[in-house]
Amino acid sequence: MEGLDEVIREHPFFRDLDPRFVSLVVGCARNVRFDAGQYLFREGGPADQFYLLRHGHVALEMVSPTGGALTFQTLGEGDIVGLSWFVSPYRWAYDARAIELTRAVSLDAVCLRSKLDEDHDLGYEVMQRFVPVLIERLQGTRLQMLDVYGHSRAGAPGS
Amino acid sequence: MNIGHFMTPDVSRVAGTRRETRDTWTLRLEPPRNAAAWSYRPGQFNMLYAFGIGEVPISISGQVAGDGTLLHTVRAVGRVSAALTRLRKGESVGVRGPFGTPWPMDLAVGRDVIVAAGGLGLAPVRPVVRTLLEQRGKFGRVVLLFGARSPAEIVFRREVERWGRRRDAEVLVTVDHASPDWAGHVGVVTTLVKKAAFDPGNTVAMLCGPEVMMRFMVAALRSSAVPDDAMFLSMERNMKCAIGQCGHCQFGADFVCRDGPVLRYDRVRDRLSVREL
Ligand SMILES: Cc1cc2nc3c(=O)[nH]c(=O)nc-3n(C[C@H](O)[C@H](O)[C@H](O)COP(=O)(O)OP(=O)(O)OC[C@H]3O[C@@H](n4cnc5c(N)ncnc54)[C@H](O)[C@@H]3O)c2cc1C
Ligand code: FES
Repeated sequence: MEGLDEVIREHPFFRDLDPRFVSLVVGCARNVRFDAGQYLFREGGPADQFYLLRHGHVALEMVSPTGGALTFQTLGEGDIVGLSWFVSPYRWAYDARAIELTRAVSLDAVCLRSKLDEDHDLGYEVMQRFVPVLIERLQGTRLQMLDVYGHSRAGAPGS
Repeated sequence: MNIGHFMTPDVSRVAGTRRETRDTWTLRLEPPRNAAAWSYRPGQFNMLYAFGIGEVPISISGQVAGDGTLLHTVRAVGRVSAALTRLRKGESVGVRGPFGTPWPMDLAVGRDVIVAAGGLGLAPVRPVVRTLLEQRGKFGRVVLLFGARSPAEIVFRREVERWGRRRDAEVLVTVDHASPDWAGHVGVVTTLVKKAAFDPGNTVAMLCGPEVMMRFMVAALRSSAVPDDAMFLSMERNMKCAIGQCGHCQFGADFVCRDGPVLRYDRVRDRLSVREL
């Protein structure tokens, strides 16, 4: 069985992280598992964890205007789940549900935030890894909004 | 080139039709008497003429091995394409072609191949996927990344599912908007790049779909270190003559009908982000 520090070092989010920082992060980490259908967190709840996915898949869902749950993204091995732990008021903005048996490393957000506050080098390092994920998700949302498959360049006005 | 021949459509009979999605149909066309025009290379297109209405470029989406009938998958978006989707077995359609540059199948030999398609963009690359799987031993890893708006708009769904069951290919499908019965990936097609296994330095990528989707896909592949000269895009522009004479399909220095539709990314890089070119 791999140790937590090894798991964290090998996860794409923390890959090549300075060993000094790894031991700080490990202090806030524990292994968790979710059965299919189990929620990692629910909208509105306190964002006091975030997750490094190791196996399985997680659906991010929001309540649709008609009342049902609408999946807007699925995440899998190598992804992180949860962004709101980083930004005040630390409340989840959507539900995260395991689609199948899912294993992850859970990072205690209160613990991690205090370490980032204490050690700004670690804070900057985490920021550098976190912002690209944010940007990627933002770009993805923009693309979804463009509804690209409904249109094509051919025949567009002016072409 | 005998322009006269390429300007006059042959008449082909519709051997069968099949509904792919709400607005998209595949036409199976019998070879016209001029059967020479019936051999094609993956990536090429024909000009299909709905008699009395008009003519539009439509990619060849496959060929039936037994009888040589040729497949074209058409989405009804306007007058001509809608008329084509209304054709039924036994009716006739005009055909000119095949035209255009093919996908770089020779270059792909011995390398990993990523086929990245969005929406109806799967139609022009379906012959590529079929070739890759039929001649599997010639290529490195085979990866299909496919994005659709919703599960109901996945074209060739059964075939895609069959591909997905193969162990010698990685087939990743995602939808932008999931329905409750969808158990697969949700999110934009670019998110699939990181999930796929390939050697970026020894990869050929073939991209087909709406231009904006291809731009984002290029960015994702670039950030995975796929070089610009290893990416190929299928471009779309309105067409009239399809033989490089009228200039209707001009895209900067290229005519898409003659120099494309398949173009290497480094050749179009500077033009791709320019609006209305
Ligand atoms: C090389 C090449 C290969 C192509 N392959 C295929 C193919 O395999 N299958 C296929 O269905 N189409 C394909 N197309 C696109 C097809 O040629 C156009 O959809 C067609 O020309 C539209 O003509 P129309 O008279 O039906 O619509 P128009 O009257 O010209 O347009 C009607 C409306 O539809 C919009 N529109 C036009 N084209 C598209 C489009 N492609 N998608 C969404 N909206 C559009 C226009 O902006 C307009 O609002 C290809 C185009 C090229 C250049
Ligand atoms: S369609 Fe006439 S030059 Fe391309």
